[in-house]
Parts: sequence; C-alpha cells; structure tokens
Amino acid sequence: MSDVKDIIKDTTLTYEQKVLALAKAAENSINVLNIDEETQKYRDEGVICDLFEGNAPYRPRYIVPDYERFLSKGSKFLGLEPPKNIWEATNHLLILYRHVPSITSFPVYLGNIDYLLDRFIKDEEESYQAIKLFLLHIDRTITDSFCHANIGPKATKAGSLILRASKELNTSIPNITLKYSDETPNDFALEAIATSLETAKPSFANHEMFSKEFGNDYGIASCYNGLPIGGGSFTLVRMNLAKLRPIAKNTDDFLNNLLPHVVSKMAAYMDERIRFLVEESGFAESNFLVKEELIAMDRFTAMFGMVGLAEIVNHLLDAKEEADRYGHSKTADELGIRIITRLEEEVNKYNSPYCKFSNGKFLLHAQVGIDTDVNISPGCRIPIGEEPEMLDHIMHSSYFHKFFPSGIGDIFRFDSTVKNNMNYVLDVLKGAMKVGMRYISFYSSDSDVVRITGYLVKRSDMEKLDTGEAVLNGSAVLGLGAVKNQHVLDRKERKE
Amino acid sequence: MSKGLINKILPFSSVDGPGNRTAIFMQGCNFNCLYCHNPETINNCHNCGLCIATCPKGCLLKQEGFVAWNKDQCIDCDNCLKSCKSCSSPKAIWMSIEEVMYKIENTKCFISGITISGGECMLQKEFVTELCEEVKALNLTTFIDSNGSVPFWGDDRLINAIDMVMLDVKAYDSEAHKMLTGKDNQIVLKNLDYLASINKLYEVRTVIVPEVLDNIRTVDMVSKRIAKLNANIRYKLIKYRPIGVRTQLINSYVPTNELMEELYDIAKANGCKNIVII
Ligand code: SF4
Ligand code: SF4
Repeated sequence: MSDVKDIIKDTTLTYEQKVLALAKAAENSINVLNIDEETQKYRDEGVICDLFEGNAPYRPRYIVPDYERFLSKGSKFLGLEPPKNIWEATNHLLILYRHVPSITSFPVYLGNIDYLLDRFIKDEEESYQAIKLFLLHIDRTITDSFCHANIGPKATKAGSLILRASKELNTSIPNITLKYSDETPNDFALEAIATSLETAKPSFANHEMFSKEFGNDYGIASCYNGLPIGGGSFTLVRMNLAKLRPIAKNTDDFLNNLLPHVVSKMAAYMDERIRFLVEESGFAESNFLVKEELIAMDRFTAMFGMVGLAEIVNHLLDAKEEADRYGHSKTADELGIRIITRLEEEVNKYNSPYCKFSNGKFLLHAQVGIDTDVNISPGCRIPIGEEPEMLDHIMHSSYFHKFFPSGIGDIFRFDSTVKNNMNYVLDVLKGAMKVGMRYISFYSSDSDVVRITGYLVKRSDMEKLDTGEAVLNGSAVLGLGAVKNQHVLDRKERKE
Repeated sequence: MSKGLINKILPFSSVDGPGNRTAIFMQGCNFNCLYCHNPETINNCHNCGLCIATCPKGCLLKQEGFVAWNKDQCIDCDNCLKSCKSCSSPKAIWMSIEEVMYKIENTKCFISGITISGGECMLQKEFVTELCEEVKALNLTTFIDSNGSVPFWGDDRLINAIDMVMLDVKAYDSEAHKMLTGKDNQIVLKNLDYLASINKLYEVRTVIVPEVLDNIRTVDMVSKRIAKLNANIRYKLIKYRPIGVRTQLINSYVPTNELMEELYDIAKANGCKNIVII
C-alpha cells in the first residue's frame, strides 16, 4: 500500500484531491471484472485504455442529469422545493451538482444554464450578481476542468449575463459550449466570440448536427462529448491506434485483421465494465438521480474512444516528408477516412444489451489524449507543429467529424489582433459549421486560460504547480503534463 | 475574359477589411515606396533567371525563355524573392477569372467577401472589374486596396462592381509623396474626395515613418479632409515596421506609442470619429 502512503504525503495535492485519490486507490485494490488474456495484453500494451475509470465501475462515467425536471419538480431526496427566484435557482443547482457522480466525483455536465436560469431573470443587475457568484462558486468548488455548461442556441438575457460574467471572472471552470445554429443571432455569437478570445470559452457545437443524431435533448459534457440529457455514457474506453504500429504488418492486415480484432476485444471489455456497473454495483437501485427520474438507465450509451489516427496513417504509409503526411497529402487523408469508416463498421457490429439509448451501439469518440501521451495525437487531429493553413485544416476536420457523435473537435489559436475583427472569427465559425465541422474552439495567444486538448487550464496554475505548489484545480496536473509532452502551447498561431 | 497577373491568393485574411476575406494580391505597382514591405510585388518578372539557382527544391525552370514555377514542389522558403534584384517574383502567375473564381468557390462559405490588393490592383482595372462582378453575383462583398494613383471616377462599370475602397494616403504634400513613392499625389487626393462623395471609402491609411516623413503634417491635413467629407470614415494610422522592407533605402524605426497617440489626438481634434492605430 505504498501508493496510499505516497498519496497521503504528497504536498502538491490539496486535501480534497487526496481524498479522491485515496478512494481511487481503494477501488483499484480489488479486481471484479472478467478480462480475458488477449484483452489484458492489449491493456498492458496501452492499446486499450480505460482512462482512469477504475477497476470496479460503481457509477457511470458521464452523467447528464435532466436539470429542467429538477427545477420544475425540486427534489425529495435533497429536500428542495422548486425554486422561485434566481437566488434559489442558482443555489439549488449548486446543491445538486455536489451529488452528481462521475469518475472524478465532479459533475461533467451542468445543464443548459442560460435556458435554466432565464425564466428567473427579473432585475438584470441582481441576476448578474447571482450568476457571477454561481459561476465563481463552481470554479472554486468543482475543481475539475471536465465540468461543462451549455448555452444557446437561442440568445437569452441569461446567456448574455453568463458570457459577461465569464469574461470578468476569467476562470478555467466551467468549460462552456454555445450550441450554434441558424437560430443563434450574430450579435450573440459575437459576444460569445469576444468572450472566447478573452477566456478561451465558450466553444461552439454544431447544433444542427447534434440535434439530428440525439434530438434536441442533448448536452455537451466533459471535453466535448455529445450525450443524451437524462442519461449519459456508462463508460469511455479508448483504442490507441499509435500503439498498434509495432504489430501492424501493412495497411491490409491492419484494416482487415488487427483493427477488427482489437475492436471486438475492446467492445467486449466495455460491455463487461457496463455489466458490473448495471448488474452488480447497485447504482441504478440506490441512486436518487434514478429514483427521481433525473436520469434513466435506458437513456445511457457508451463511448468507444480512439486516438492516434495521424500516427498510424503516417506509419502505414511510411510518410516522412510533410507533403506525404496526414493532414497534407490526399493519400494519407484518404487512408485516415478508410480507417475510421472501417472502425465505425466494426464497432457497429457489436451489440450491447445495456446501451438502449443508442439501440445497442457504442458511439464513436475522438479522445483528446491523456497527460502522459507522447507523440500521440488526440482523436483524428493533425499533430501540433504540422498544422496546415486554416482553410485546409477545417476542411480536413470536416471529413472526420461526422463519424463521432459523442465528441470530436478542433482548436484554433489566434494572434490577439483578431480581437479588432471579431467578424472574421464569426465568418470562420459559420463556414466551419456549414462544411460539417461538429465542434470548434478558439482562443487568443495572450489569454491566461488556455485550451489544453479539450479542457481548460490557467497558465498561471500550471506555473505554480510546476514549482511544486498545490493548486485548487486538479486538472492543472493534466494540463502541465500535456504542455510538456504534447507541446499544446505551441499550437499554430493564426495571424493572417 | 481577361487574365490577371497575381502574386498570391490568401484564402483567409483577418486584416484586409471587415470579417474574413479572401485576399488577392495583384503583381505590379507604379509606386516604389521606400518602406514597401512586399517589394517582390512591384515589378513584373523579366525572366533574367537569377533566382533559379537559389531554389532548394528545383521548382524554378527556364522554359522557352520564360521562368516557370512548379507550385506543387514549392515550400515557400522565399529564397527566390530574396535573390531577385528586380523587385519581382517568379511565383506570380497569370490567372483567368475562372481560375480565381474556382479558388473563391472553395472559400465562399467562410468569407464576407474578397479584397483585391497588390502591388497596385488598379493597374489591372479590367480584370478587377470583371472579377468583382463575378464575386458580387455570389452575394459576397468586393473591396479594393489601392494606392489611389489610378482614377476611380469616370468608370461606372468599375464603381458598380466594387463595394468599398481602402485608400493609402502616404503623404499630403506632393514633394514628400514624390520623395517617398516616386509619384505625385494629386490623383490620390482626388480619389479620396470622389470615393468619399459616393460612400465607397471604407478607410484611409497612413503609415507613420519617423524621420523620413512629416507625419504630423500629413495626419493633420488628411484628418481634416476626412472629417469634412465624412467623419465616420475610418482613419487608420499604421506604425512603420521594418519587416520585409529594403532597409538599405530607408533609415527609420518603429514610431513610439507617444507619437502615435499624439497623431491620434490630432486626428480626433480635427473631427475624425473612427481612428485606429495598428
Ligand atoms: S519559395 Fe518556392 S520557388 Fe521560391 S525558392 Fe523557395 S521553394 Fe523555390
Ligand atoms: S523573379 Fe526576379 S530573379 Fe527571378 S527571373 Fe524574374 S526578374 Fe529574374
């Protein structure tokens, strides 16, 4: 149990971070899942990775509660009547957030907070105070960057107040997404863009695409994961394509033998995790979110994640020169599309009895990577340092985004002079949505809050942590790892 | 349909007018400004072949007396531009309207419009007119970035095809203008009046160059003139920056923020309502 002692003595962890790490250590001290040998081998090699979900799943990874229902019904378990004003509404939500499980124990989805709060806005300045305190409270207590609020697509008073407060607070939490559609007025979109260039959020989700797949009741949780409201995702496991390089004989062998084999193993492993969660852990029988119908087990799916497409493509083609590499060559991009098409086919062959929301299917997810990944690009992204011009980059993204309903996205960093021409960013955003980009994020080079791979961290927090000081936001550790291993601060700056 | 000699096309630009714009840089200029930051756009290539040997990728070749450029192999190192003694580029190519429109088709859902710049695009006025007509048919806006040396008046077809002009007024006094550019500025100032009178002047720009120009006089006179014409026209004061400049021709430096603020105050006191410093 030296692990436990190390956690206890670690001075870079806050008290709360220690408690959570100790809980994780306890969970990982038992083995309850049936894992066959081949699967275990893939896990040991890092081909299959459950992304710190733990050995004994006792809560779904991503829970997307129906906060609308909560506000209209209150909660018996929490002893709360439906709120009557902005103070009660924000307070009620903050109470519920503390009780929404996840693998980090922090909620990954906070609701479409503008729509939730707009009906309570009477006096604008008073509401602003309430919203600002609400967001401040979230940043200081939900100390995890994977906590995500949604706004839009329509403009609301509450939406504008949320943007104004986010800009003023300049915190890394919560992450925010504006669901963007034709219904989003230009001036509201421009307010959002101005906010994103100051504080790296909100990001922009293609509402039309998501609502076609999920209906209107979807939320963006964690990094950029599209999931059904009133449900969520049981698990996220990822396949690291880059780790298949040593065993892939050639393109044919990779596509026709290796990939299908790993998919079948990973799908079965995911289902084994879900089986334990649903059938043995007792979550559904005991959790008040289920009892009060804030979530329903038949509104859950599961996310089949992947990383390292760029690396496997370049490997299979032995592409060294930039012109031949993924993101630059037509041949490479086409191979990328073939791999993802094949991946989708294989994943769809699997039928999970638990994923009722998605008719037994797992949804594809382009995973953003973990802090210890070295030379492995998130999802289908083009490696940092090799990014093409913006138009080509967006077109490239658009080939892949359609495959990933449960999340994929790209990030663009701008020189701070674009703040003089916000319509430029709006034009880019509109075009990106039109060509089928699912999710896009912007930030400006001079911003303290930076988008690491999907989540946000403050530069100043990472600097503190680097000198050995504990910081409130637990995700700063991940951010710092990604800065060192994946050079995320060196993302191409767009200047033209 | 006419062809245009084009130095390059930038699919996305955030600094050539409102919103995102595809910027088309025409080759060839009738000014020779001491501070020109893209001197490779000034002259047409006369096929001397000097640049050929400097290309690390072998993408320049002499074919039938002309220097040809293999775009696909080019890595944009710009060695060729640095080696050219004639302020030109082997990468400028003649393009038809269709060829340019094909590029714009690819960017059209991302842009507010196009900006034709240079060089001096008005030296290829027919091409500019036809291109703008085609682009307007796509419901995009057409902006012209010009040194003002070619009259805009008297050509209704051109004026109908363009939405707005961004005009350089480099110096107010004729002598100073000649010293800086090699040409007189009477037409420039007439264009200023004319374009403002028909509401097609988006912005006026002056580069502030310490020691070389009487910056205060130019800003004072130009801002008075703008204020009289239409105080809402943007007046952009641009800091001289020695990037890409032939520094053997000019001895100056980046102006201080104090100087820029002083100029800002002058323009403001003269009545300009929209002054930008960059
Ligand atoms: S910019 Fe292109 S054509 Fe010019 S020298 Fe470099 S590679 Fe050759
Ligand atoms: S670009 Fe310049 S150096 Fe090259 S052939 Fe033309 S004039 Fe000569």
